[in-house]
Amino acid sequence: MKIQKILNILTLLTGAIAVTITSLWIGQQAYSWLPPQAAAESVLIDDLISFLVTLGAFIFLGVTSTLMYSVIFHRAVKDDFTDGPPIEGNIALEVVWTAIPILLVLWIANYSYQVYEQMGIQGPSEIVHLHNPLGMESAYAEAKDAPSLAEPVEKIDVLAKQWAWVFHYPERDVTSTELHLPSDRRIRLALKSQDVLHGFYIPAFRLKQDIIPNHAIDFEFTPIRPGKYSLTDSQYSGTYFATMQANVIVESPEDYQQWLAKIATQKPSPAKNQAAAEYAQTSNQSVQTGWVTVPPAAPPLVNSPG
Amino acid sequence: MTNVPIEGMLLPNEKPNHESPGNWKEYFSFSTDHKVIGIQYLVTSFFFFLVGGIFAMVMRGELMTPDSDLVDRTVYNGMFTMHGTIMLFLWTFPSLVGFANYLVPLMIGARDMAFPRLNAVAFWMVPVVGIIMMGSFFVPGGPAQAGWWSYPPVSLQNPTGNLINGQVLWLLAVAISGVSSIMGAVNFVTTIVKMRAPGMGFFKMPLFVWAVFSAQIIQLFGLPALTAGAVMLLLDLTVGTAFFDPAKGGNPVMFEHYFWFYSHPAVYVIILPIFGIFSEIFPVYSRKPLFGYKVVAVSSILIAVVSGIVWVHHMYVSGTPGWLRLIFMLTTMFVSVPTGIKVFAWVATIWGGKLRLNTPMLFALGALIMFVFAGITGIMLSSVPVDVHVNNTYFVVGHFHYVLYGTVTMGLYAAIYHWFPKMTGRMYSESWGKIHFWLAFIGTNLNFLPMHPLGLQGMLRRVASYAPEYQFWNIIASLGGFLLGMSTLPFIFNMVISWMQGEKAPNNPWRAIGLEWLVSSPPPVENFEEIPIIISEPYGYGKSEPLTANLSE
Ligand code: HEM
Ligand SMILES: [Cu+2]
Ligand SMILES: [Cu+2]
Repeated sequence: MKIQKILNILTLLTGAIAVTITSLWIGQQAYSWLPPQAAAESVLIDDLISFLVTLGAFIFLGVTSTLMYSVIFHRAVKDDFTDGPPIEGNIALEVVWTAIPILLVLWIANYSYQVYEQMGIQGPSEIVHLHNPLGMESAYAEAKDAPSLAEPVEKIDVLAKQWAWVFHYPERDVTSTELHLPSDRRIRLALKSQDVLHGFYIPAFRLKQDIIPNHAIDFEFTPIRPGKYSLTDSQYSGTYFATMQANVIVESPEDYQQWLAKIATQKPSPAKNQAAAEYAQTSNQSVQTGWVTVPPAAPPLVNSPG
Repeated sequence: MTNVPIEGMLLPNEKPNHESPGNWKEYFSFSTDHKVIGIQYLVTSFFFFLVGGIFAMVMRGELMTPDSDLVDRTVYNGMFTMHGTIMLFLWTFPSLVGFANYLVPLMIGARDMAFPRLNAVAFWMVPVVGIIMMGSFFVPGGPAQAGWWSYPPVSLQNPTGNLINGQVLWLLAVAISGVSSIMGAVNFVTTIVKMRAPGMGFFKMPLFVWAVFSAQIIQLFGLPALTAGAVMLLLDLTVGTAFFDPAKGGNPVMFEHYFWFYSHPAVYVIILPIFGIFSEIFPVYSRKPLFGYKVVAVSSILIAVVSGIVWVHHMYVSGTPGWLRLIFMLTTMFVSVPTGIKVFAWVATIWGGKLRLNTPMLFALGALIMFVFAGITGIMLSSVPVDVHVNNTYFVVGHFHYVLYGTVTMGLYAAIYHWFPKMTGRMYSESWGKIHFWLAFIGTNLNFLPMHPLGLQGMLRRVASYAPEYQFWNIIASLGGFLLGMSTLPFIFNMVISWMQGEKAPNNPWRAIGLEWLVSSPPPVENFEEIPIIISEPYGYGKSEPLTANLSE
């Protein structure tokens, strides 16, 4: 009897260790499931995702391995039609497993809150006329030591419409269908929609904000990794929703200034636009219904058609 | 409780079926028998499940390649709109109401629902909803294309200029379905409060009844909000009011609040009865009492209450200020406490039992495992910074399909197999059932697991075309989807053949404890010749106490 008990405890212990090691490993894998970390915010969010994946894997593996153990070892013998032990409950156990989820929830909520606060992405706060009680910080670590950097240095207007993105750089009064951003600088976007709900989303930044007609929405972040990324519309916006894409170019502040200077010399011309092109063309899909659609807005006139 | 071997064998004290299962024509008539209505709901909703499934196949076909090349973008948009709407309003809601209709009066020892005519009226509104939905394919401009959320202003854009258009029909159908659900909710709550057999206190009710009770209370407080939102949208669309139209100074975010104030709790209207089904099935096939019965019962009510204050988690990145995001993050996460209690209770029930892996048990176990997975991704979504990244991506689609296919649909299958002998008086084929289970289980995971990496990489939901780097996982998902479509074939085959010529079922083929197993299979009209008097708690496996004082067991 005694040996049996020790064996049981050993099995349990081995199981727990195996589950722990596996979930720690899975948690590390989480980073590889994500796009490159192109904004300071993405580093914080990825750590949080990895943490949640670790915890989640631990719970999932814990529950499934317990169930699988039962399925394998607690099967009824073919002709045994008797009942199992009539255990109906156990107060101590029930209290413990109410306490565990409560503690986990508090832990996860607290960590998430801290990440959110550090991101300081702004978003609409004018809906209730209250000052945001949260200290909005910058995810960019250096910003703490150099407060001047925490102030948004680059202000860009973003206009979304069915179905195109237009970026306006007020400093030089130029427009583009490509979003150019200086790296390691805090950016402030003023998001506007001309017609329906749209969503501003750059997966490599892990950042997203819906754009609501008649609402001024500010959105802040810090790109940190030069390269070419994509911006997509994340809020379903009608027939040509899927075509509402734009390139995002993160480059050194010097290159960025050069680009601005260059396009300031170009004359505005109509941009290429997939929605408008598809609308104009008779489509070549095998199934066609001829259901009418909202006509796309005229292609934007921009200095840099991308 | 006598422990005689049962599978396929008649108990000595069993009465023969004293009523025939009824003429098949009865199922096409305005019957007021709750059992006929229950089966009417189940068969009708299964038909729509197949229709919604065909739309899903078209979508998965389109998503095999990055380009939009199989169907027009308008068709794709109509497909995902109708797929979502049908699966929720014409499959999960009505099929669960069907089960509740069939089982609740039997389980509480009543002869019928409190308002049998209202019950029949509520059912017959479902085919009407379906006809209006399907009819929208034939109006100029085609069906609604604004997604099952129908967010304005997209849902207010009507390029055909006709008054009868897909979106108007959609709103009409949803409103009628709401009215039908309210009728059902009033009926269920009244029946459960007023019509329990003598001796059946609240803490002697089976957990399925607790779950239905909690779910239907949500309907009562939530549906008025959805209906109000739908009517206001309809007015905006038809007579040009300006509740939500920003071009006229309206506020589209208000619609999101109306919509989610109901539609978040609605997911609990769907999942709670499935939790109830789990609580009925695990004890039978583990041959143990349900662990922590009282806590599990109360946690259903707690889920219903907390679910009323979490809706903003669908709108973190809409017009929601930071402080509000964080409040709703905390309330959302707290739903996992009563849910976690239930999961622990089921695991403890199974632990150390004497398991029999019949088809219903396989489906219930598979569904439980996939629910745990869905709960974990749910917690990730409730965390504001994570949601900022994955909101409106395939990660969300993966999450809610693990809930709605992995848990709800698989749980429904478990229930159909488990109560099939009771409903039809015939046994189903166990080997076809197992084939069905494995196809469905593998198909579900192949279909919906790849959606999580896709979402993490940033692939958006509701797109007809996508960047080429997402193709690999999309092909896997599509193959899984086609497998899922095929998995319904052995099921349909099994059900039809077994219903027509399956082995005759005894009253209690699973040796289950519960009032519904004391009556003949199928049960007679009016259920009980003599109303039972309840003397013990449900789930008395392993304890040799009788359930009732007057009916033989
Ligand atoms: C542990 C419990 C759960 C948690 C914490 C949870 C959390 C969430 C969150 C935060 C979202 C919003 C994600 C987003 O839009 O970015 C969501 C979406 C969704 N959830 Fe869950 N959920 C849970 C259980 C359920 C259940 C039980 C169901 C249904 C039976 C369900 C069905 C859905 C659906 C349908 C959506 C998507 C709605 C849409 O975007 O169209 N969830 N869930
Ligand atoms: Cu858009
Ligand atoms: Cu929700």
